[in-house]
Amino acid sequence: MTLAPKREDYDVVVIGAGPAGLAAAATAAEAGLSTLLLDENMGPGGQVFRAISSTPVTDRNQLGADYWVGADLVQVLRASSAEVIHRATVWSLDRNLEIAASIGGASAFVKANRVIIASGALERPFPIAGWTLPGVMTAGAAQTMLKSSALVPNGRTVIAGQGPLLWLLAAQILRLGGRIDRILDTTERGNYLAALPHAFAFLTSPYFAKGLAMMREVKAKVQVVSGVTELSASGDGQLASVSYVAGRRRETVPADLLLLHQGVVPNVNLAMAAGVEHRWDDLQLCWSPVLDANGNSSVAGIAIAGDGAGIGGANAAVVRGRIAARAAVEALAPASAAKLVPMAQLRTDLAKAERGRVFLDTLFRPARQFRIPSGDTVVCRCEEVTAKDILDAVAIGATGPNQLKAYRRTGMGPCQGRLCGLTVTELMAQARGKTPQEIGYYRLRAPVKPITLAELAAVPKTEADVKAVVRG
Amino acid sequence: MSGEYDVAVVGGGLLGSAIAWGLGRLGKKVAVLDEGDITKRASRANFALVWVQSKGLGMPAYTVWTVRAAEAWSRLASELKQQTGLDVCLQQNGGFHLTLGEEEFGQRSELVRRMHNQVGAADYKMEMLSASEVKKSLPLIGPEVSGGSYCPLDGHVNSLRTFRAFHTGFKAFGIDYLPERPVSAISRSGGEFRLTTPKGELRAARIVLAAGNANQALAPMVGLFAPMGPTRGQIVVTERTMPFLPHPLTTIRQTDEGTVMIGDSKEDELDDRALKHSISAVMTDRAQRMFPHLSRLNVVRSWAGIRVMPQDGFPIYDQSETHPGAFVACCHSGVTLASNHAFEVARMVAQGALEPELVGAFSASRFGGAGAANNSGY
Amino acid sequence: MFRRSEHDQRPPVQIFVDGVAVAARQGDTVSAALLASDVDARRSTAVSGAPRLPYCMMGVCFDCLVTIDGVGNRQGCLVPVADGMQVEIQKGKREIGK
Repeated sequence: MTLAPKREDYDVVVIGAGPAGLAAAATAAEAGLSTLLLDENMGPGGQVFRAISSTPVTDRNQLGADYWVGADLVQVLRASSAEVIHRATVWSLDRNLEIAASIGGASAFVKANRVIIASGALERPFPIAGWTLPGVMTAGAAQTMLKSSALVPNGRTVIAGQGPLLWLLAAQILRLGGRIDRILDTTERGNYLAALPHAFAFLTSPYFAKGLAMMREVKAKVQVVSGVTELSASGDGQLASVSYVAGRRRETVPADLLLLHQGVVPNVNLAMAAGVEHRWDDLQLCWSPVLDANGNSSVAGIAIAGDGAGIGGANAAVVRGRIAARAAVEALAPASAAKLVPMAQLRTDLAKAERGRVFLDTLFRPARQFRIPSGDTVVCRCEEVTAKDILDAVAIGATGPNQLKAYRRTGMGPCQGRLCGLTVTELMAQARGKTPQEIGYYRLRAPVKPITLAELAAVPKTEADVKAVVRG
Repeated sequence: MSGEYDVAVVGGGLLGSAIAWGLGRLGKKVAVLDEGDITKRASRANFALVWVQSKGLGMPAYTVWTVRAAEAWSRLASELKQQTGLDVCLQQNGGFHLTLGEEEFGQRSELVRRMHNQVGAADYKMEMLSASEVKKSLPLIGPEVSGGSYCPLDGHVNSLRTFRAFHTGFKAFGIDYLPERPVSAISRSGGEFRLTTPKGELRAARIVLAAGNANQALAPMVGLFAPMGPTRGQIVVTERTMPFLPHPLTTIRQTDEGTVMIGDSKEDELDDRALKHSISAVMTDRAQRMFPHLSRLNVVRSWAGIRVMPQDGFPIYDQSETHPGAFVACCHSGVTLASNHAFEVARMVAQGALEPELVGAFSASRFGGAGAANNSGY
Repeated sequence: MFRRSEHDQRPPVQIFVDGVAVAARQGDTVSAALLASDVDARRSTAVSGAPRLPYCMMGVCFDCLVTIDGVGNRQGCLVPVADGMQVEIQKGKREIGK
């Protein structure tokens, strides 16, 4: 089944069908704007609500009430006039708001009056020794399999890292009868103190009670080791064991599966390739787009909503999606905005949804040694470049990520820097005594995801284009 | 000698690096002033050919200079290997320019004929081959390939690794590589040059301007002239695939890593951040007509780069009469000519004077006024 | 490494991995089906030949690359299984014509 967009022009094109994208598309369509939602996955939901329309996990308690909120969002969207295309990979977005999407092996081109990027987040790289071994995956990967295929770990399983998703995943695995041998909590002891001033907001947020209950549920069944300060995976061609240091004790546990997680960061590739200005966020330790209160970016007509706008969680993502869509409606069809939830109300909703975020960001700020590796630890998984390789390049003159590409090919593989970019920036910043903002990031360009050569070759061309290429 | 350095090279790309490395090799105390992470860098946007065929139409001296560079490249590669342990993967087993259809074949034949008429067939073995002859060397060509030209002197290299090898070599030669120091002013007093950078002033007895298209602005500071006419080029690169292409082509090459590079357009625009997919489409469409199996490969990256291009397409090597000790060097083919820059240009700068018999034809005095365009500079 | 829940009611789908029949379920991605099976699904990288398995399962890491129905380097975590699908575990660089 291959669907092409029905029109060439849309009032609003939303990219990504996670919480923000679902809400944004439904809002824009509700106001009568022609709306297209493009999404890379097989069904709606993004990562948080992954497989919301198809999950085989039908016992609602197993995935939890927060997950099933997604079903309501999908229902509202489906009742709207928004056109939705799944398995559509947007590979280009430019300043003219022209979008190229790969759908079933062919590219469709659409033009938008407004683009709302809702491409969400990805898990922060967790570059420890052995993280490329088969058997080491992200916690999010395990959760994706759990939600979409009801798969749970059945070998010796270690979960390591920190953050709310880690506990949620552990609880879900246990509820589905999966196996977890040990949880290694890497939260830095000092973070608890640093987070204290923000605790009040958190205590009064909905996250608090839920989070506490979940941790209790998991700790009743699994051995949890806190204060983990070193972590590595080893094995010969396959994960065999996980070593860690907690307190002053080093321990090695045999393992078939290691699930890593230390928070999520905005998935910036599409926005950066479109020319959207980003800044280094010192609290969240990642690049975030520079946006106004409505999510509008530095590129006219492009707004960003959801975790791609800076990590805020699913509830905030939904509200940000509505705000960005409402702003688009106000700009394109002001009369229709009256139908929608007033902006003041949305701002109140957002403030509520973002309550406690600073506490979480501070508490779960990943430790330096888990962000900035050394020695033979692989940084760039695609081109297999180690931390030492990068430091060697800095020593002979590499000033930033782009010069580093010339020296070492980091970020030049198919993942296009998604799994190494943050590490490279922070590693170079540390080595050069500069801030991450000063070091900068890879210059990204289309295609932001690989497409076949035949697909690129089929892009419409003019006589002038031919002339620019064919010469004696 | 006076000043902190014997020579300051302005520009740390392939051209400046080759000259600096060559100077270091001769025992000179050298500083290389470079810009930072984000700037227009042909050295990381290039196509990495070591290319002879079709070079020099309109200027026989350029053909001679290019052939000399191609012949000296293996010495450069082996010296870099010996010094740094880095294999720059030089391959010089001949290169092709393929044509699609009879009209292109005819045009290329005409170019080959004009080249031969100009320089004679003495050291220039470029020839036209039929499609069936091409197929003997490149068995995977598609049915639309009508033939092409072939030159046994052509080849390619890993240009990024060459760049890294030069910079690695800097350490061994005691060359100071000083990035994030764009030069804003140059003056000469007391027999030495003073270069103004954001991180302070630097003094050197001699200077070499090797800043690519920026030479146009720098040259007049020391009584030199470097009229530039940059153009934009786009390149598309695929994922790694098994080796299939034993020879490089003007527009397609398989790197030692296995990726396939497809180039290159020539556009008047100078924004290297924007990409025209329709241009990439023409390039990739031609590539899949030349090698049909390429159509299934995934394109992982594409980019635009700004060519360093003197206004008439030919290199500029010059020395200042008003500011003795100031040299300028700029050219399009920084990869092909790297060996000449490392060995010959560096030697002449170290000597203090360019040799007219070697590079006299490349003086900017040839421009007189505005440069003539449309010669076959590359 | 992973096992299926007994409550999973989705219809079965049969795929072939290097010619061997593997049971999957409708809605599985190729990568999920591989990880739920007993197959040694480790590919080897195009750079060093190092063994890898899927890492992110959300389309960003490209460690799930696999040959599907004769087409190499496809992201197994984004492609749903289909009855009779032929999957090959990829060793090293993508082959010519695949």
